[in-house]
Amino acid sequence: MPSAVPFWRDEAKRAIVFQLAAIAIVFGISYYLFSNTQANLQRQSIATGFGFLDKEASFEIGESLIEYSAADSYTRALLVGALNTVKVSFIGIVFTLILGTVIGISRLSKNWLVSKLAAAYIEVMQNIPVLLQLFFWYAIFYEAFPAPRQALNPFTGLFLCNRGMIFAVPAAHPAHSAMGWTLLAVLVGGWVLNRWGKKRQAATGKPFPALRITIAAAIVLPAVVWLLYGAPTAMDIPALRGFNFKGGVTVSPEFSALLLGLVIYTSAFVAEIVRAGIQSVGKGQIEAAMAIGLRPAKVLQLVVLPQALRVIIPPLTSQMLNLTKNSSLAIAIGYADFVAVTNTIINQTGQAIEGVALIMLVFLVFSLSTSLFMNWYNKKMALVER
Amino acid sequence: MSTPTQPTREYLAAPVHKDGAVAWLRKNLFSSWFNSVLTVLTMLALLYTIPPLIKWAFIDSVWNTSAEVCRDIDGACWSIIPRNIKFILLGFFPEGQEWRPILAMILLLGLVIYSKERHRWKKALLWYWLVGLIVMGTLMYGGVFGMPVVETGQWSGLPLTMMLSFFGMVCAYPLGVVLALGRRSKMPAIRTLCVVYIEMIRGVPLISLLFMSSIMFPLFLPDGMTIDKVLRAQVAIILFTAAYIAEVVRGGLQAMPKGQYEAADSLGLNYRQTMRLIILPQALKIVIPPTVGILLSAFKDTSLVVIIALYDVLKTTKVTLQNPNWTGYSTEAYIFLAVLYFIFCYAMSSYSRRLERELHTGH
Repeated sequence: MPSAVPFWRDEAKRAIVFQLAAIAIVFGISYYLFSNTQANLQRQSIATGFGFLDKEASFEIGESLIEYSAADSYTRALLVGALNTVKVSFIGIVFTLILGTVIGISRLSKNWLVSKLAAAYIEVMQNIPVLLQLFFWYAIFYEAFPAPRQALNPFTGLFLCNRGMIFAVPAAHPAHSAMGWTLLAVLVGGWVLNRWGKKRQAATGKPFPALRITIAAAIVLPAVVWLLYGAPTAMDIPALRGFNFKGGVTVSPEFSALLLGLVIYTSAFVAEIVRAGIQSVGKGQIEAAMAIGLRPAKVLQLVVLPQALRVIIPPLTSQMLNLTKNSSLAIAIGYADFVAVTNTIINQTGQAIEGVALIMLVFLVFSLSTSLFMNWYNKKMALVER
Repeated sequence: MSTPTQPTREYLAAPVHKDGAVAWLRKNLFSSWFNSVLTVLTMLALLYTIPPLIKWAFIDSVWNTSAEVCRDIDGACWSIIPRNIKFILLGFFPEGQEWRPILAMILLLGLVIYSKERHRWKKALLWYWLVGLIVMGTLMYGGVFGMPVVETGQWSGLPLTMMLSFFGMVCAYPLGVVLALGRRSKMPAIRTLCVVYIEMIRGVPLISLLFMSSIMFPLFLPDGMTIDKVLRAQVAIILFTAAYIAEVVRGGLQAMPKGQYEAADSLGLNYRQTMRLIILPQALKIVIPPTVGILLSAFKDTSLVVIIALYDVLKTTKVTLQNPNWTGYSTEAYIFLAVLYFIFCYAMSSYSRRLERELHTGH
């Protein structure tokens, strides 16, 4: 009879035992915590469930992209918070990409001064906690800038004071929305044109300058629309009324400090990623591209960037997600992002579990959707191998 | 047949500065018209910003005066730091007992510096650390040798920051390695648990975990049982950092060629031996740079405990700034803190670069 393997020596059986034990432990702990929570909630008579969402919020929110007042429901307050998070993250990501790329390229510059300055920026900004940077910028806005009455006025239409940055905008006019629609139409048209041009180039070999045509149209057509509407030039110029400014657009110090802190901190990391990505493209690639007669701009466009982007995109994605997650530090300087709004709601209702669950859920959605998009883009850019 | 022609001697002009200051300038700052423009613009920008900054920070500034003197000057009021240094660094530690946290911090720094050299990485070092940690804990908590008890609620300032970051890093690392191994495991249940944990934690901001520890966790415990607030925040930081470490380590594990596993199998090593002797030493080595990145962010992220009202060094600075005598000097105070954080982070990253060089066994 073949010696039967005792079950504690049989890998397959051992694996089952291990897994059952792990599951049992996890469930046991969860059950223990859950039953404790149930008992605690009952004893402290804290309501459970998401019924509170329909109740009146009865607190004001400093800035909002949509109509909101204290009489609105908690759901609406949460929506305001979520939109504020999206606003600061989106604008932050755009600025971070631009600043990070510029600094990353400056780091590789042949110019000693520029390269060393970029290196210093990267080294210093990476090593200072982002929360400290936020406090720093907020303090600058709050302490260094004067009160509205003595607002700095570097040029007509722009005021800087401790209530934020107030600048003039063109006064509302139907021409603006028409111009916006025209621009959108041009962009869609340009995208179609570009696809058609690429298809034609693949079939006949003749290139088509779709990009140049689109850029020209994007500048000329809205201008034509503007002229057709009689070229409105009226501006909505902010003016001091009592203790505050009326008119124009105000960017609050909270938003500015948050944006500045996030952009400066994250762009230092993006710069390092961009530098590493560009350096990962072999020197031979560039030399080969120059040898077949490509101009420097074309070398960058056709040879360096496509290969560098492949290295850059995955870490860049995680930096974008970091920026989004770090935007939750808004609560420390009083910008009404999702976490700050939820925290107020938790304090009002005492429903901590639902509140924290909402925060986690919303950020998971942000994270997962960003990574889905970046994965799609990454796949598009990836090397097609045989 | 003509005689071979005498080779003509060419006289080349002496090379134009191959080295020296002028050549350096030409090569590094003025190599093309674009570079020249860039240099001039940068110089102008620097000339415009640096002198006023120097004037503010060094010439017009005061270094150790009372708050009243600061009201009358244009420059930086660095006095806020020496005049409040005890509170900024040590927070609410009781009067007369300040030597205890200072001694504990010196001990910790001493142990860290002692452990830097690789030839000291032996069993004895573990014992030193164990004894050191017990001594540090005793110094901080007291209760023996006539030292009055200091509750953890009073631990604040730099000792708190150092404690949160030190234990955050030391405990998160092994937990992260275990999670990474779990994620690569062949057992589906274990793998799923690890994947769910890692992705959940990485998808949410640290603040939400800190909120969970500060406002939600008390609800999880049975009636009458409380866990210290500092400890709860510490656990949240560890759990958060571990998920990030796990992803980095997984990268290292994935980079190991299959042959390494097969070779270990053919030697008859079991799973534990394979991992401990073959895979992990190599995998952990190649992920040193990203690991240090994670540990550095863990260190910087300890400042987030401000939001749940723990008095780390950032919070004590903020409290100092709320003192009516010293409001308005945030710039100076925050710059001081920035320098403090920078020194710690810079020391860690340069050490990691050295370690990477020393452990490099490739060609």
